Amino acid sequence: MELRRPGLIARLSAPLRGMGQRFILISLVIAGFGFMLLGKSDVVLVDRLRSSVADVAAPMLEAATHPVQAFNRGLTNIRELFALRSENARLRREVARLRAWHATAQALAAENKSFRSMLNYKGPARDSFVSARVIADGRGPFVKSVLVNAGVRDGAAKGQAATAFGRLVGRVTLAGARSSRVLLLTDLNSRVPVIIGATRTRAILIGDNSPRPRLGFLPENPDIKAGQRVVTSGHGGVLPAGLPVGRIVAGEDGVYRVQPLVDFDRLEYLQIIRFKTVGAPEAEAADKPKRGGRT
Amino acid sequence: MAAMWHRLDVFARRLIPAGLSFVLVMLTVVPLPFPGFGTIVPMLALGSVFFWAVHYPSLLPPAVVFTIGLVQDVLTGALFGSGAVVLLLAYGAVVSQRIFFRNKSFLVIWWSFMIVAFGAGALAWALASLFSVHVIPPVPALYQVLVTIAVYPLLTVILHGVHKFLPRED
Repeated sequence: MELRRPGLIARLSAPLRGMGQRFILISLVIAGFGFMLLGKSDVVLVDRLRSSVADVAAPMLEAATHPVQAFNRGLTNIRELFALRSENARLRREVARLRAWHATAQALAAENKSFRSMLNYKGPARDSFVSARVIADGRGPFVKSVLVNAGVRDGAAKGQAATAFGRLVGRVTLAGARSSRVLLLTDLNSRVPVIIGATRTRAILIGDNSPRPRLGFLPENPDIKAGQRVVTSGHGGVLPAGLPVGRIVAGEDGVYRVQPLVDFDRLEYLQIIRFKTVGAPEAEAADKPKRGGRT
Repeated sequence: MAAMWHRLDVFARRLIPAGLSFVLVMLTVVPLPFPGFGTIVPMLALGSVFFWAVHYPSLLPPAVVFTIGLVQDVLTGALFGSGAVVLLLAYGAVVSQRIFFRNKSFLVIWWSFMIVAFGAGALAWALASLFSVHVIPPVPALYQVLVTIAVYPLLTVILHGVHKFLPRED
C-alpha cells in the first residue's frame, strides 16, 4: 500500500486523533462490560435493546435461511432417493408393527372415553400454539439457543415451552415483537422439572452444554434404568405437563443423563406453546403488569 | 452533479467494510443441518474485523466494531456485550501494532491472526465462564478458534477482492 506524504495539519492532528480513538475504544470496552453486568441482572432496558436488534435482523435472517433450506431439502431428496428400497422395507415392517398398536389404541381410546364419562372428568385445557421458523442458530461453544421468527405479536412470551413435533426443545427466554430466543434443553442455564418413566420419579433436567443433559435433584436410590421415558412434570407451572423430553442413558460417572428426542442439529420449525396455567389466578395477576410493561 | 455522484459513490464504498462484516455475522448464524456444526462455526466477524484493522482501520471505526459485536451477541444468543468487548480488544491490539503489519507477507499476517484468534477465544471463554459462574468446557471453543484460523485465508481472498473497489485512504 502506498502512502502519501501527510500534510502539516494531518501530521499535527494524527497523535491527537490517535488519543481520541483510544479514548473511544476504552470507553466502548467499558460500555461492553456494563452491558454484560446489566444483562446479567435482567435490566428491562437491555432486554428491550436485545429484542429490538433481533427484531430488525429477523426479516433479513429469514430471507437468508430460505435458499439454505431449499438447498438442504434438495440434498436430502437425493440422499433419500438412493435409500428408497431399504426405506421401503423398513416402512413395511413399521406399518405391520403399528397396525397392531393401532387396534390397541382404538380399544384403549374407547375404554378411556367410557371411564371419563363415568368419572365426569374435566381434562386439561388444550393449549394453543404458534409455529415459528428457526432463523438463527446460536449453538456456539458457550450458549445453546436459537432465534425464531415469532414474537409477542404472535402470542409468544417469555417462559413458554418450545416443541418440535410435540417434543420439548426448550423454552423462550426473550420475546421481541416478531422474534424470540429459545434456550435449548442442552444449555448450561436450562432447568426443566421432569418425571421419569412409569415410576413417576421426579427430577430436574440440568443442561451442561453437552448433547445429553443430566438429571439432578433425584431422590436417594432412585429406581432408574436406561431407556426409560422422561416427560415434563409441569411442576412450577411454567411448562405444560407430559411433554416428551427424551430417554435415560446411563452416564459413565454414575450420573443419569437424558438423550433428547429432538435432533438439535436439524431444527427447522418450532411450536411455541401458549400454556395457560389453570387455577392459579394470583400467578396470572402477578404476571400481567410485567407483560404489559414489556409490550 | 458528477461531483455529487462521485461523493455518493465514495460514501457507498466506505460502507462496504461495515456492511460486509454484518453480512458475515449473519452467515455465522444461518442454520445448517450438519451435526455439531453449530459449535464449530468460525468467528467470521473476528476475521473481518482483523482484516480491516490491518489494512483499512479508518473505514471500520471502534463504534462500528462495537456495534458488530453487539449484533453478533444478539444473533448468537451469547452474553450481551461479550462479543463486542472481544472484537474491540482484538481491534485495538491490531491497530496499535499497525506499523508492524506494513508490507508484511500474508504468512506473517496469518500468524498474527492466529495469536489474536487464540486470545479472542480465550477471552470469550473466560467471560462466558465468569458470568455464568461455571467452568464451561473449553474444548468446543478451542475447535472454534482452530476453524476460524483455517478459514482466514479464504476470507482474506474474498475481502481482498472487495478491498480493491474501495476508495483510496486520505
